[in-house]
Amino acid sequence: MADRAGKIGLAEALGLGIAVLILGSAAMVGLRAESWALKPTDGSALRFTVMQAALSACISVAFAIPVARALFRRRFAGRRALIRLMAAPFVLPVIVAVLGIVTVFGRAGPLNAMFETIGLPQISIFGLQGVVLANVFFNLPLATRMLLHGWEAIPAERFRLAASLGMPPAAQLRHLEVPMLRALVPGIALVIFLICLASFAIALTLGGGPRASTIELAIYQALRFDFDLGRAALLASVQFLLCAGVTLLAARVSLPQAFGAGLGRRQQSFAPTGWRRGMDAAVLSAAVLLLALPMLAVVAKGLPGLAALPAGLGPAALRSVAVALSSAVLAVGVALVLALAQARRPRLWLELSAMLPLAASSLVLGTGLFLMLRPFVAPQTLALPVTMLVNAALTLPYLYRLLLPEARQLFQDYDALAASLGLTGIARLRYLTLPRLARPLGYGAGLAAALSMGDLGVIALFASDGGATLPLFVQRLMGSYRMEQAAAAALILVVLSYALFWAFDRIGSYYAEA
Amino acid sequence: MLRLDHLTLRQDSFHLTADWQIDAGERVAVIGPSGAGKSTLLMAIAGFLAPDQGRILWQGRDLAGVGPGERPVSILFQDQNLFPHLTLAQNLGLGLSPTLRLTEAQREAVTEALARVGLAGMGARKPAQLSGGQQGRAALARALLRARPLLLLDEPFAALGPALKAEMLELLAEVAQVTGAGVLMVTHDPIDAQRFATKTVLVAEGVAAPPVETAALFAHPPATLRAYLGQ
Repeated sequence: MADRAGKIGLAEALGLGIAVLILGSAAMVGLRAESWALKPTDGSALRFTVMQAALSACISVAFAIPVARALFRRRFAGRRALIRLMAAPFVLPVIVAVLGIVTVFGRAGPLNAMFETIGLPQISIFGLQGVVLANVFFNLPLATRMLLHGWEAIPAERFRLAASLGMPPAAQLRHLEVPMLRALVPGIALVIFLICLASFAIALTLGGGPRASTIELAIYQALRFDFDLGRAALLASVQFLLCAGVTLLAARVSLPQAFGAGLGRRQQSFAPTGWRRGMDAAVLSAAVLLLALPMLAVVAKGLPGLAALPAGLGPAALRSVAVALSSAVLAVGVALVLALAQARRPRLWLELSAMLPLAASSLVLGTGLFLMLRPFVAPQTLALPVTMLVNAALTLPYLYRLLLPEARQLFQDYDALAASLGLTGIARLRYLTLPRLARPLGYGAGLAAALSMGDLGVIALFASDGGATLPLFVQRLMGSYRMEQAAAAALILVVLSYALFWAFDRIGSYYAEA
Repeated sequence: MLRLDHLTLRQDSFHLTADWQIDAGERVAVIGPSGAGKSTLLMAIAGFLAPDQGRILWQGRDLAGVGPGERPVSILFQDQNLFPHLTLAQNLGLGLSPTLRLTEAQREAVTEALARVGLAGMGARKPAQLSGGQQGRAALARALLRARPLLLLDEPFAALGPALKAEMLELLAEVAQVTGAGVLMVTHDPIDAQRFATKTVLVAEGVAAPPVETAALFAHPPATLRAYLGQ
């Protein structure tokens, strides 16, 4: 009994700690903002931020609908592999995708070369179109998986009935599929909108200039180049209010559960033939090209570069792995304590504090911590711990959501037995909780490690010239147009990210099966 | 001796009262229609539900605030009596030490208990590799190791066929005899009660009646029992 009280005490302390971290950062930037008058450039940053996010969300969902529909109703070799490919971008470091997109669509890329030979004008990858393209690259797969889930949730009997009544595809769409879309699309679009509001790394690499600057980019410039703390604080406040507002809206709809879902259930399909088959094939091919080309481009460009790796890559990789491992352990530990406490006794405030990081972005937290730490230490010296902490906080909502249903099931199935045997404390953790939750814990730790490994947010604010993590290292190489070296470093970054993910996931499965 | 002293249990709109006692080593069946509160009564005695009013006493000591693991009882639930990820030996070991730090003597005791219930040599297996009857035996073997003075059974054998169930009741009688434990066994089958229990508690209409001789009860069943039996 005493132990039970102790565990709840820990959960409460952690819940409070998260609230202090997030709300404290928000309060810090709010207090530090010298004037609430936005400059014209800030106004245009705000407009650009909202516009690129809205465009990205609309295009991602609009494209995802035919892709998900084609995946749902067609059976073909490689379908499962394609669905798996759709899960890959979630843990893909942003900087790597950006590098791939620049390689394919950039000035020297194959697309512009083709345009040139057939006499079309060149396209530029920098600015709004590049930012939106990169956002779509990341969020099309997310939207597709969520929609595919929706399609598979429609009972097969409905489609059988529709087929037996001889409903043409249009009628089937209206009676079966549109209602599902109407229920899901607003939520999915809102979630993507929220993700795109805080896509700092994309804006940093593909945006810029007065006409394509997001609020987060403006924060970064104010803090890093102008050293205008008041303005950075003001912008961070605006960003926090914006994200918090959208999060509140999104709280009415469910969060993305796109990863980890078992897709590929056999569903009897009544796919129309003829021109519609061609359409589906075209849509799927377009999606595959969009997702695969940038990745292949990084591989093609990076492989030769592996022979002569740039100096400083090793230490940067080491820093990244250290940050990723510690942030994964921290995030999973906190999420586990919170999920176990919630499974035992649900409390709204704990739930809210676990979800609170959704409202914050890397740069907002970074600015808040920068302002908090500056009176005491040089922020550069704490770049890695701060990055670790912020990354852990930002992945917490996903991990918490992942673990909560499992913790509830565990509690429901085995709490009485454990209690009747007096299995408590460390012994309970060791013999009940960890083995039963090994699979989601491993998977969650893998996600957290890979996300942290690829993060290019707060580190850009804090890092000194010598203290870069691997994503920042890649970005700096790109910034100095050493594209081949950047691609080689990006390859190593991808391999490390997926290796961490894979290793944690395997460890989890191993213990779950043992 | 277990005493239920003016006990009232309440869950939402449901309530149940009991005011009686059973002696050490006594075998008592708890019978009555489903939803009457048979399991609820056992859960309260096992420490999973705090009394709304009244007390639960063991040898004169109030059990309020005593955790389920510290109570003088072992309980077998309807299902989930074994941890599926632990071996049989570990599952049984938990009956001796909740931290699974076993001495050599305790390890031997586990091996013996397994042999006693007919599971010799199966210590390394996981519950999923056992049949339903074998799982029941394993749970009983753990109760044997725990050797608490009161054994609570919430229909753990309800899913077994008649022959297997009879076998389990025999084994249960043996375990109770070896450990000297009293048994409080929930069942919906009058035959179980008649075969196994000297006394029977009838739970119906919000009251857990004091235990009476099983034979006498079924010879002259009260109206509520007649209604339950469909006579």
